[in-house]
Amino acid sequence: MNTETSSGAPKQKRFRGVVVINRDNCKGCAFCVEFCPTHALELDKAYNAKGYHPPVFAKPEACNGCDMCGLYCPDFAIFGYREKAEETA
Amino acid sequence: MSEQREHPVNKFLRMDRMPSIWCPGCGIGTTVNCFTRALTECDKDLDKVAVVSGIGCTGRVAGYLNLDSFHTTHGRALPFATGLKVANPELDVVVYSGDGDLSAIGGNHFIHAARRNSDILCICVNNFTYGMTGGQVTPTTPEPAIASTTPYGAFEPTFNLPHLAASSGATYVARWTTFHVRQLARSMRDALSKKGFRFIEVIAPCPTLYLRRNRLGEALHEMRFYKEKSVIKHGADTREAALDYRGQIVVGTFVDTRRPTWLEAMNKRMSTVLGEKFVPYALPTREPKV
Repeated sequence: MNTETSSGAPKQKRFRGVVVINRDNCKGCAFCVEFCPTHALELDKAYNAKGYHPPVFAKPEACNGCDMCGLYCPDFAIFGYREKAEETA
Repeated sequence: MSEQREHPVNKFLRMDRMPSIWCPGCGIGTTVNCFTRALTECDKDLDKVAVVSGIGCTGRVAGYLNLDSFHTTHGRALPFATGLKVANPELDVVVYSGDGDLSAIGGNHFIHAARRNSDILCICVNNFTYGMTGGQVTPTTPEPAIASTTPYGAFEPTFNLPHLAASSGATYVARWTTFHVRQLARSMRDALSKKGFRFIEVIAPCPTLYLRRNRLGEALHEMRFYKEKSVIKHGADTREAALDYRGQIVVGTFVDTRRPTWLEAMNKRMSTVLGEKFVPYALPTREPKV
């Protein structure tokens, strides 16, 4: 997994971001989608059991596991964390 | 695939009470998130943290947090917390309250808790309305916002809560919005490790009543508004931190000082007057300190 640094040189990521979504607790406020710094989330077109559109983890490669979604979510339905990348280097 | 993880907030919540009653987009849940992160970061013994709240949407926090908590009558969270702290000085007492509960119905208790410097962290979620009872006007509703009791617009002067707290004698005064989650969590963490009456005002959206009645859009629009209109001014004069209807929101840590708490002041006074005869209060299970 390579990302572009500001100098333009590819840099090996030492971790990958993971987001866990509890679809049925979501009330569809979209705070997580709006305030994700890497825009890794999108609202689902499908509904959850309550009739809201929960987020989906649309771009897992963009996520840096900062847990901003977890801080914003008023319904404790989403959180992110960092996982050590598989030893590829 | 990764191992199954649990939500980091779950261990602080009474999961049998979930999902919460809060409306979609309500800011109270976001402040609870920040509060639990602050508790995790400052590594508090959770058996020694007590949360007290009054009535209202924000008052529900005490029922949802899996800590020692008490849901008091309307506006009386601060007097209960003052007594709790005095009876058991080991506890970290946190009052979680809404703007109507704290500044209208419990307004008198608020200024006196700050004047006495009771050792309490007071978190006020300010959504400019009484959410649970149908959107009545509160002392913080700015002119000319519409509330159910002011259908032609509010016209009363409002309370500037950080200024009220600071001028009554609070030792730590901060204001954030639900947009500033990282700053809010850090501020709560700092406040948890300090002593005295600490006051944090959190501006939060009420999409169902305040925003809908005033046709201000959804909670997401309000969050964008906070992002656009808030200005961080640490150490700003709280007199200049007043809020108006759609104007600038001054946020930041305004006051951070230290002065003797109520218990310290009482112990000092009694020791001066009574000398060796005075035995400071200690928990019944412990040997009293001489």
